[in-house]
Amino acid sequence: MSKSSALNLTEIAQRLDVSLQVEFTFYHTHELAQTILPLARADQEFYLTWVERVASTHLEISHQFAQRGAELIARMDKHVLEAWLIHAMDTYDIDGLFPAMKIIRNVDQFLHSAHERTAGVALTAQRGVLLHFLQGLSGRQLKVNEGDAAYTDGETVFLPAFVAMFPHVDDNFKLLKAMAALQWAQTRFGTLRLPLQDLIMEHDDPQGFLALFHALETQRLEACLQRELPGLYRDMLRIGTPHSGAAPDTQWRDIVAPLRPATATAEHSLALAQSLFGKVAPPTPRIYQGELRPHEVLQIRLARIEREKARLKVALHDLLTEQAAKPETAPPPSRFDMRETTDPSVPEGARMELTLDDMPVAPPEGVKNLLTSIMLDFDEIPPEYLVPAGPGEYDPRLLHDEEPNADDVWSGTYHEEGAFLYKEWDYRRQHYRKNWCAVREKTVTAQDDGFYANTLKKYATQLRHLRRTFEAMRDEDRLLKRQLDGEDVDIDALVEALADQRAGQEMSDRLFTRMHRADRNIAVCFMVDMSGSTQGWINLAEREALILLCEALEHLGDRYAIYGFSGFARKRCEIFKIKEFSDPYNSEIKNRISGIQPQDYTRMGFAIRHLSGKLLAVDAKTRILITLSDGRPYDYDYYCDDYGIEDTRRALIETRLSGIHPYCITIDQTAHDYLSHMYGAASYTVLDDIARLPYKVTDIYKKLTT
Amino acid sequence: MSLRVLKPEENFIAIEPYYQAIGQEIAIFEAAYTQKLPILLKGPTGCGKTRFMEHMAWRLKKPLVTVSCHDDLTASDLVGRFLVRGGETVWVDGPLARAVRNGAICYLDEVVEARKDTTVVIHPLADDRRVLPMEKLGQLLEAPPEFCLALSYNPGYQSVLKDLKQSTRQRFVALEFDYPEAAIEAAIVAREAAVDASVATGLVKFAAMTRNLKGNGLDEGASTRLLVHAGKLIAVGIDPVQACRSAVTQALTDEREMLAAVNELSSSIF
Repeated sequence: MSKSSALNLTEIAQRLDVSLQVEFTFYHTHELAQTILPLARADQEFYLTWVERVASTHLEISHQFAQRGAELIARMDKHVLEAWLIHAMDTYDIDGLFPAMKIIRNVDQFLHSAHERTAGVALTAQRGVLLHFLQGLSGRQLKVNEGDAAYTDGETVFLPAFVAMFPHVDDNFKLLKAMAALQWAQTRFGTLRLPLQDLIMEHDDPQGFLALFHALETQRLEACLQRELPGLYRDMLRIGTPHSGAAPDTQWRDIVAPLRPATATAEHSLALAQSLFGKVAPPTPRIYQGELRPHEVLQIRLARIEREKARLKVALHDLLTEQAAKPETAPPPSRFDMRETTDPSVPEGARMELTLDDMPVAPPEGVKNLLTSIMLDFDEIPPEYLVPAGPGEYDPRLLHDEEPNADDVWSGTYHEEGAFLYKEWDYRRQHYRKNWCAVREKTVTAQDDGFYANTLKKYATQLRHLRRTFEAMRDEDRLLKRQLDGEDVDIDALVEALADQRAGQEMSDRLFTRMHRADRNIAVCFMVDMSGSTQGWINLAEREALILLCEALEHLGDRYAIYGFSGFARKRCEIFKIKEFSDPYNSEIKNRISGIQPQDYTRMGFAIRHLSGKLLAVDAKTRILITLSDGRPYDYDYYCDDYGIEDTRRALIETRLSGIHPYCITIDQTAHDYLSHMYGAASYTVLDDIARLPYKVTDIYKKLTT
Repeated sequence: MSLRVLKPEENFIAIEPYYQAIGQEIAIFEAAYTQKLPILLKGPTGCGKTRFMEHMAWRLKKPLVTVSCHDDLTASDLVGRFLVRGGETVWVDGPLARAVRNGAICYLDEVVEARKDTTVVIHPLADDRRVLPMEKLGQLLEAPPEFCLALSYNPGYQSVLKDLKQSTRQRFVALEFDYPEAAIEAAIVAREAAVDASVATGLVKFAAMTRNLKGNGLDEGASTRLLVHAGKLIAVGIDPVQACRSAVTQALTDEREMLAAVNELSSSIF
């Protein structure tokens, strides 16, 4: 672009005045404007757009950028610049202004680490892959989490958040994978079975002894990995070998030789460590070695042993009851035992099998996992574990993982634990705010006040009609005539075709009838506005409409779920369960509909994202998400006007891409202007009279699905 | 409507299909056959159900009529229908009727895929009546003693829609199939794919890892059939990691993260 079309000083200053809100902030935009005056128009636009986009997040961050923008545009690639600004805004979202400003000020450091960022591997991006990878390996089902180093507590593998030791992404990922695999090997090959916490305390220098043992044990585990995962071991050798300098340590190679055969155990490593301690210094740790933290292992192990013993004994009790109920097993079985069977696919070459009175039994998946986990702790199943016990003998808290109660979270400190986190679209930033909405599910309190019976009475005539129409929709099998192929000959068509043939015309080949069976394979989710503005009439109409809908849908046989939604700023987004897909329509559900109460504000994006997930989990050919609403998206924070509309629109686009059909029914008379923007022209209905909602909703549903 | 008559009733299997028995299945099948009982083969995909049927057809020296069921398969597709030929209607037997007439073994593969009303036409054949009603002809076709009906069914699909009705399943002698034990599976892979024992063991180990992921993101683990496919690629010189990627991983999932994880597992073994 030529310089002549570039903006002049006044034009630039005017736009900066608006973006940086000079009337309140008193920034000197004139000076800023001068810095970009010499730039080409494209660069000026780039600068001004980003000042505006960043200003929507925070004015001071934007101002900082504005001051250095011209210089940065000159020396930085635009993609890197964008990445830097988005990184700063993400940091602001998560950690606040100060850390974000640090990133803006330290652009050089960002540049320096930019290479690291392109070649480095972030755990967050690879966590899913590593989790599946570890679950695929045999043994206990491990979790993966971020930690300050690579270590494991026996149930979770902790890995560093970011690995950037090599110039190539692949190598960095291989390193992360090697770390994870070595931690897995500790749980799998008996390292954690040793009472390390006690053992190291026998020495004057516990940490020194631990370091020596860890080094030796790592050598043994490497040999295990070499046998078990030779491909991985090759990679480990490659990334673990220094490219230059340091000659291979022959002294150590001889020392650890006895630890390499398959017969070597963690006890051998321990014995070797005890004999060598104080005589030799441990070798340089491998780069993927990580740390051993016996204390954390011990803590977790104690809790696990108690829990798993309880769970296994109760599970065996259930298994016994189930087996005893089978008619062919008389006398009733009594004794569980473990038997060894050969299996070359596992490293030990043998597998333990659960038997009941010497007959092998196939335990359910949960019991199988428990047995595996207990084997890892004891190398056997202790006999007392195999004595079945009823659930009454144990504290029920041991038997089931507890889910945090949604309400408890609010009584304590403000945190996001246990919440579903969803992104939100910031249209000014033209980017998502990550993990922005904390969403919790609650259940509507059922209210038994005769509302259901009254509604049925009030709409008795309407209901009869409804049931008839919906029943008619249900049976859609029809005989298709004049088909190319089908079960029967279509005599009418045949007679006609023969007549045509006699008359010298061409004979039709559409001579068959076929039974067409249209499966109504529809799942529909209703998303009900429970914002405070629905108080009164609207709430009543919504509840009545839901009752009529349920009555109609029960006749139709479509699968349906009903959820309410309400928001109170981004950290308190709530989904209210009224009826889930699997719930039968019973008095509890009817009373829950009656118990729908207006809550806070209309934040819609998170609800659409959350309920889309629910819909996608249902196996159906057609999925529909119907919103009942009384107005535009509005929350008490900045979620109003364009922001709310744009986020909702974005959420709807995501939903449509995933194959769900969204539809909106509203009573807001001004809705035409924003609904067609959000939902698209043919995907909403505006009702002029709230009292008609109960009548219309079923009508609309019928039209939508036929 | 596509009717898949795969093989005519002359489909005698001349060469012994390789089948490695794991339990008593051959003896039970033979006993059921002599006693004129229908047979239900249960088991995950690719564990050898169809191969077992071929083997049994060879063993019993009877033709094998296989119908792969699909969700548009109607009763007429099995029994037969009228067609129009030169101004006349002509009856054409479906594969089930052909099998009954010729005393063949009729194998309905993946029967849950067929519509529920279709499975009902086999009921009279699958109890002691052993007749096939041909309603449109107004005839009852009585099955000769050599005729045998076998269904296969994969209970792994968790969907309620894909479950076999009690009235159907309670007519059959059921044989349960599963992936064989590691040593046997390795022997099968080595033989079928003509690879050496170490490659076969590696493949089986890889399969075990994917089976660990069943329910944790995968609907099914790798089947023996997929391992044979991978083995065959390796046998002609494809790199094992690449062979697993193409023959196994891509067949298991489309999900990006899971693909990456399963690829990491295979590259860890080879």
